[in-house]
Formats: sequence, structure tokens, C-alpha cells
Amino acid sequence: MALNCRHVWDHISEYIDNTLDPEVRAEVERHLATCEICSAILDSTRNIIVLVADDRVFELPLDFSKRLHARLDVVLRSEDPEPLGMSP
Amino acid sequence: MTTPAPVGPRGTASEQALIASILAGQRENFHLLIRPYEQQLYRTALALVKNEAEAEDVVQDAVLKAYRKLASFRGDAKFSTWLIAITLNEARGRLRKQGRVAFDSLDEQHGDYTPAALTDWREVPLAALERQEIRALIQQAVAALPETYREIITLRDVEELSINDTAALLGISVTLVKVRLHRARMLLQKKLVPHLRLLTKPARKRLGLGRLSWL
Repeated sequence: MALNCRHVWDHISEYIDNTLDPEVRAEVERHLATCEICSAILDSTRNIIVLVADDRVFELPLDFSKRLHARLDVVLRSEDPEPLGMSP
Repeated sequence: MTTPAPVGPRGTASEQALIASILAGQRENFHLLIRPYEQQLYRTALALVKNEAEAEDVVQDAVLKAYRKLASFRGDAKFSTWLIAITLNEARGRLRKQGRVAFDSLDEQHGDYTPAALTDWREVPLAALERQEIRALIQQAVAALPETYREIITLRDVEELSINDTAALLGISVTLVKVRLHRARMLLQKKLVPHLRLLTKPARKRLGLGRLSWL
């Protein structure tokens, strides 16, 4: 059965993650080869995922680590980790 | 400047040894144990609470909790996944306490998850990645997503956790991870494409890339 555009849109995310069944993937690819709109949606969705991932490179707030480890230090000096079996 | 993390990717074995040493009494090793994950935890917290000071508090509380509960870390999940799970719980707890979350049963809703069908924004010139206005647009669009979708985008597309790890961490099925991720990505696509195409179009014309995608 040939997929229409709407069906293909439903598969875009899984297509990108490569988690589609091989038969469905083949159908999607066949559609993408001839459909300008769907292949544009695929490309733009991929691009957005790249841009979102790019957000990883930001820096921590100034002295974030220092404050974290200072607070941690107070606890590490005075407490052992809780023994197993204590209520969560 | 922030202090760079002193450790690169660390083997699971050495991490296990570090955990064992802490549980055996060398508590100060916990500083070393969490250093590689600080950025990741902060990004995760910030994606949820959307406020820098609050995200920092969330991470501090989560790290302290992780230390106290260290004996319960089983090693069947990755330590990083375990830390992220604790951080997510802290962040969610805060949102609930502040009443900032309308408990959403998004997966039962029938929203509009159709993408924007615009054919003239296919490629992002690499230089665009450095453009502040684009970063800002992306951050705003992610921040505007409902909590469930912010979570899934952060775990899968920012932190790049596997589908299985994400499912385990959120306590939901693999299928639901895929459904939420798909909807979240479609919402972002729909929201961002019309703006991004205006911002990047001149570059495309100049480069004359035509239909070529850079990916």
C-alpha cells in the first residue's frame, strides 16, 4: 500500500531515529523520493534536532561548581551515605 | 570562567570502583564521581524549571540526595542515568509544589502534530549555528513546550540518551517515548520552521545550494 503524506509525517521521527520496521522504512523512502513536501519536512526536522542538540555547549553559571562542591563538602564531612533499606 | 570538568569519559569499572570506595568510607571521592555530570544535570534541571537559580538549587539538592542514597545505586542502570532520574524528580517536585504544572495527560489529547509543510527551508548554513537569534529562538521554542515534551526532547535530543534508557528513566514504555518524542519534534518543527526559514533564507540563496541538504 502506498503511503500518503500524512502517514509519512507520522513516521518522520522514527525514520530519523532509524527505529521503523524495514518494510515501513522502505515505503517511507519510496514516498520521500518523489514528494518534495515530505522530504522538506524531513530535512527541516533533522535540522531542528541538530540545532536543539547544539544547545549542549552552553556554559554553567559562574561558580556553579564551586557552590555545588562547597555545599556537598559540608555533607561529606559530616554524613555517611545512608545504609541500604532506609525508606526512600 | 567555569572550571572545566577534569575527567573525560570514564569507564564503568572505574566508576564502580569509585562508588565502592565512597561507600567504604572515602566520602570525599564523591566530588570526583559527580564532576563529569554537572553540566548534564544542570541542563536537565534548567529545561524543566526554566530558571537558572532554581535549576542550580535543583542540581544541588539532587546531588546531595544521590550521595545519601548512593548505597541504593544498583549498577543495573548507568550512573549518569540514575543521577538524571534523581534530578528530574527534584525538578518535577518543585514544579508541583509551586503549582506550575497542570497535570497533563497529553498522550490522550488529540493535538495538532502536523508539521509545517514549507519546502524552502531545507538547510541550515553552518554559520547559522553561531547566530544568537537562532539559538534564542530554539531555546524559547523548547521552553514553551509542555513539560512532558520538554523532558523527552531534553533526554533524547539534547542529552542523547537511548530510547530504552529514556523509557526506564521516565518509567514509561518505549512506545510512549517514541510517541512523545515524535509529537515534541513536530511541535518544534511547526513552530520553528517558519521563523528559521526567514532567518536563513538569504544565506541559502547566496550559497546557491538549491535542493541540497547539508545533512
